[in-house]
Formats: sequence, structure tokens, C-alpha cells
Amino acid sequence: MGNSIRGILVMVKEYFAMSWSNIRGNKVRSFLTVLGILIGVTAVIALITTVSGFSGTLSSSFRSMGAGSLMLSVTGNDLKSGLSREDLTVLTELEEVDGVSPSVSLRGRVARGGAYQSNVTVSGRNAYYFLKNEGMVSRGRTIHPSDEENMTFVCLISQELVTTFFYGEDPLGRNLYIDGVPFLVVGILSGDGGTSVTAMMSSGSASIVIPYTTALKMNNTGDVTSLVVYAADGLESGDVTTVLEETLDAMFSYEEDCFTVTAMTSIEDTMNNMLSMVSTLLAGIASIALVVGGIGIMNMMLTTVTERTMEIGLKKALGAIPWQIQMQFLIESFLLSMIGGVMGVALGLFLSLILCQAIGSTFVISVEAILLGVSFSAVVGILFGWAPARKASRLNPIDALRSM
Amino acid sequence: MTEPVFFHMAGIHKVYPMGDEQVHVLKDVNLDLEKGDYLSVLGPSGSGKTTLMNIIGCLDTASAGEYVLEGYDIGEMDEVELARIRSREIGFIFQNSQLLPRLNALKNVELPLIYAGVSPRERRQRAREMLEKVGLSRRMEHYPNQLSGGQQQRVAIARAMVGNPAILLADEPTGALDQKTGRQVMDLFQALNREGRTIIMITHDMNIAACARRTVHIVDGVLTERAGEAHG
Repeated sequence: MGNSIRGILVMVKEYFAMSWSNIRGNKVRSFLTVLGILIGVTAVIALITTVSGFSGTLSSSFRSMGAGSLMLSVTGNDLKSGLSREDLTVLTELEEVDGVSPSVSLRGRVARGGAYQSNVTVSGRNAYYFLKNEGMVSRGRTIHPSDEENMTFVCLISQELVTTFFYGEDPLGRNLYIDGVPFLVVGILSGDGGTSVTAMMSSGSASIVIPYTTALKMNNTGDVTSLVVYAADGLESGDVTTVLEETLDAMFSYEEDCFTVTAMTSIEDTMNNMLSMVSTLLAGIASIALVVGGIGIMNMMLTTVTERTMEIGLKKALGAIPWQIQMQFLIESFLLSMIGGVMGVALGLFLSLILCQAIGSTFVISVEAILLGVSFSAVVGILFGWAPARKASRLNPIDALRSM
Repeated sequence: MTEPVFFHMAGIHKVYPMGDEQVHVLKDVNLDLEKGDYLSVLGPSGSGKTTLMNIIGCLDTASAGEYVLEGYDIGEMDEVELARIRSREIGFIFQNSQLLPRLNALKNVELPLIYAGVSPRERRQRAREMLEKVGLSRRMEHYPNQLSGGQQQRVAIARAMVGNPAILLADEPTGALDQKTGRQVMDLFQALNREGRTIIMITHDMNIAACARRTVHIVDGVLTERAGEAHG
């Protein structure tokens, strides 16, 4: 009679209704009980969603520089310590390459009038660099190809240096001395120094930018050891690696370990891997709260079973079999845990929305995180509800009724 | 085929271990009932009448002896089978009605049918009929704390009858009621018995026991048919 699937479904639905009215009948206690689960799920969801939003933002900022750039760093050998201007031209003319942006850095003493500042970072760049990193210059002009060609003594300076050396004056068209050599100021660098990752990684702190050829001359060297290679349109950085390596091998007479080529995509992969490891670790720590929450539910359910001894005895007298009693208590702890889980998901997403806005990354709702939070709390509810439900189902009806 | 035995108890003993000793609560109880009987079991407290009620109600099994209800040998049953028998054949009525406070009258009456796996529609229908039968058609949505003691006991009677059991088993059904409402409950029992319901009533009150058509006495675990002196 009660064994059909339909009968069981009807029964389970009835247990849900009974459990719900029990949970609602004890609002404060129920809320305190689910608080542990709520906090645990909130933490897990907030962490996972925030980290995945952050890594999404990181990826898109990697991509904003054209998805295809490679960092090339040259250690050289005894015969050839770096890349000459001719080598750079060879690289630029490769079919797979759009352009190259060498980076030559030096530290110098900057002076004007009576004022001076030591150990200022000076960056040597080319015209192509400014082409790839728009918004670097707030006033004036960038470095031109003719500056590279003629090794002119022109510079772009940061806002900070403007305040130091040109208080109340327009710096454009005036001279600034770097290691005693006069440089004509032609442009002012904007404060943020560009938003792309190459800009952040290679020149974020540069105070002065001069033509790279001029910088090489000041360093008394003809060779570039650090540059960024941009892949031609439609090519990913990974596609260019091989041809770049072959060309460079030829330049360095096939000697090993003279240079390293790092594709941005592989840097991106590494960073994403690190981020996901960190987020897994943090979520693991946060899930301890879920276990604590489960113990809270177990405690509450054990108390409930004791309190409802008479009710259990009565139901057994009315014909409830142990399985049915167990089911009812199991559903109650499952429901409690799920309430905590759903509230935790909502709160976690909300918290993550605030966090994402605070650190300026995009907020993406992660379906996996939600499923994880909800299923984890369901499992906790059943796992920690099992023992109390079993205790209830094994109560002897005579003893239970005697408590009336 | 002959009809299955309706109610037959022979040589029932119940022994409880209590510390090192064995307490002999029921001694050689023999009892037979026909369908439609109205029996009262009269005895003072400590006489073993609650133990007898537990055995009749299939909440407990005897240490020795034979108990057959509606053809089933109760002594041979396990926990789950006993629960099924209670669900089908026994309608309990307790002293303090024992309604669940969070359920309204209708839901309380439906409760046994939930465990019997009856569909919601049929459940509702049968619960309504039972509440109408006990005169509570206008109180179906009321919660137990909104009902008087007599009304609560009538809800409990409706709940006991809703599964259409072989026996209504009442334990001091008027114990918590004043005399007037107690009388009304007794009238209801008599009406139900006239309709063919089999009722077993456990009590220590002579006057209540006198409402039944047949009375047996239990003293110190021994059941006797003769009309004895008053107890309790």
C-alpha cells in the first residue's frame, strides 16, 4: 500500500512540510543553528567568485596588449653580448613579427639649475613602444623614429620630476641634465604610465624616457638585452616563439643558453594556475567552517530528538515505521543545512560583488561555486543529520510514550 | 475457508528484568473478543493493565503465550511488521489526547494515513468524514490549543478511527476530562460501538468501565472475568 514510488514521494513531500513547520516554529534557534553553514558557504562562495573575477580581469588585461607579445631577455655569449640595431631590424622584418620594443635602462643623476636628484631610473625606448602603449604621454610628443635614428638628446619626464625641477615653469622646450648631458624635454609622461601589462612590468616606475639608441650610447654599449616582441596580427605569442628562437639561434651561432623567450600566454597560464591554487587552498580552509556548521546542526538535531520523544512515540503508535521517522529527521536537518547554504550563496555573492568593485575586477557569477556551495551543504545536512535521525528512529515507542 | 481469528489471547505472560530480579507483570492472560465487542479492562495502577494495553496495541510483544489479531500471529512479528499492524488494525486513544500542537485538527487526523501511504486527496476526504462523525465539522482548521479538552479528545478519537482499524484501544480516555465532557466521550464510544466498532478501554474508574458491555478485571497481572469488588 505504501510502497509505490508515488506513495513515497507523497510521504517525502509531507515530511518536508512537517520539517518546514518545525523549523519555522523555532525561528531563532533554527537561524543560530544554520549560522555555521551560512558563514562557511558565504566564505567559500565569496572567495571563489572574487578570485575567479580577479583572474578574469588579469587575463583580459593580458589580452588587451594584443594577446601576442613575448618577453625576450638576452644573456649573450663571449662574442655577442646582446642584440644590435641591425639584429632588431632583422627581427622586425620577420613575417610573424609586428614590431619590437627594446628596453634599455640606466640610473643617472638628474640636475637642473641648483637642484639635482641621484639614482633616477632612466628608460630607453623606441617609437614603437609608444605606439603599443597609448595614453603614456599626457602632454607634448612621443619619441619619433628620427630620434632613434639620430640618437637625439630628447626626453619625456614624469609628473614628479616636473614638480621637482620645473616649479612654476613649462618644462616643454627646456633642458634637463642627465649625468651632465643636456636633454631637451619634449613630453610629460602621464601618471599611471599606461594600463597594459607590458607597461606595468617594464616601465611602471620609469621617471624619464629617452630614445633607446641614446640610452645605449650613454651605457657605452651597442647591444640591447631586454625587449618585447609583438606578434603580427592574428598570431598568438605562442605561434611566434619557434620562428623567433630559430632566428636568434642563428644570430648567436647556435650556442645554447644565450637568450630566453617567454610568451605572455605562458606567463598568463602560470599566474592563473597560481591563483587557482591559492583559491583552492583558501576554499579548503573556509570549508572547515562548514564542518563546524555541520556539528552545530547535529547538536541541534540531537536536542530536538530528545525534546520530541513524545511526538516520536506517538507517531510510532500511529503506525510510523522506523524508516519513516528517520526520513523525517533527516529531511529536517537537510532542510536546515540547505537554508544555510542558500543564504550563504546569496550573501557570498553579495560580498564578492563588493570585493570585486573594491579591487576593480569584473564580477562574474560562477555556477560551479554555487553548485559547490549548495551541494556541500546538502551533504553536510545529510551526513550530520544521520546519527540524530537514527537515534529518533530507534526510540522504543513504549519508553517514548511513557514520557507523556 | 473459515474466517481468520479476530482476537485471541492465550497464556500470555510478560516478564521484565529489573536489576537482578524478574518482575512477572502479566500471568497467564486469556482473552477472546468478537468483532463489535465493547470491553473495559478495569484495574488499579500497577496491576499490569498498561503492559496489557501495550501488548494488545502491538507496541510490545509477550514473553510467552499466543496473541492472534485479524489472523496475524503478533508474537512472531518484527519491529516493522508490528508498525504495519498498528497502522492497519489499532486505533490508539490516549489519556491526554496527544495531538501535535503544530498541526490543525484536520492534519492531526490525517497523520496515521500519511504513514499508511494514503494519497493526499483521500486522506483529506477521510479525515473530514471522521471529524464530522465526532461532531467537529466546524473546528477542522483549529489548532489543538484553540480546542477544549473534550474537543481535543474527540479529534483524537477521529484520528484513531480514520485508518478503519480492527480495534479502538483507549487508555483512560476520560482521565483528563471533567465529568460532563467525560460523559459525552462515553456517549460517543457507545454510538461508535452501536455502529459496529470494536472498543477496548483500559481504566481504573468503575463508573467508566460500566459503560462497556463487558468488563474484565486485572489485579496483580491476573485477568479475571468475574465482577469483583471495586478497585482504585
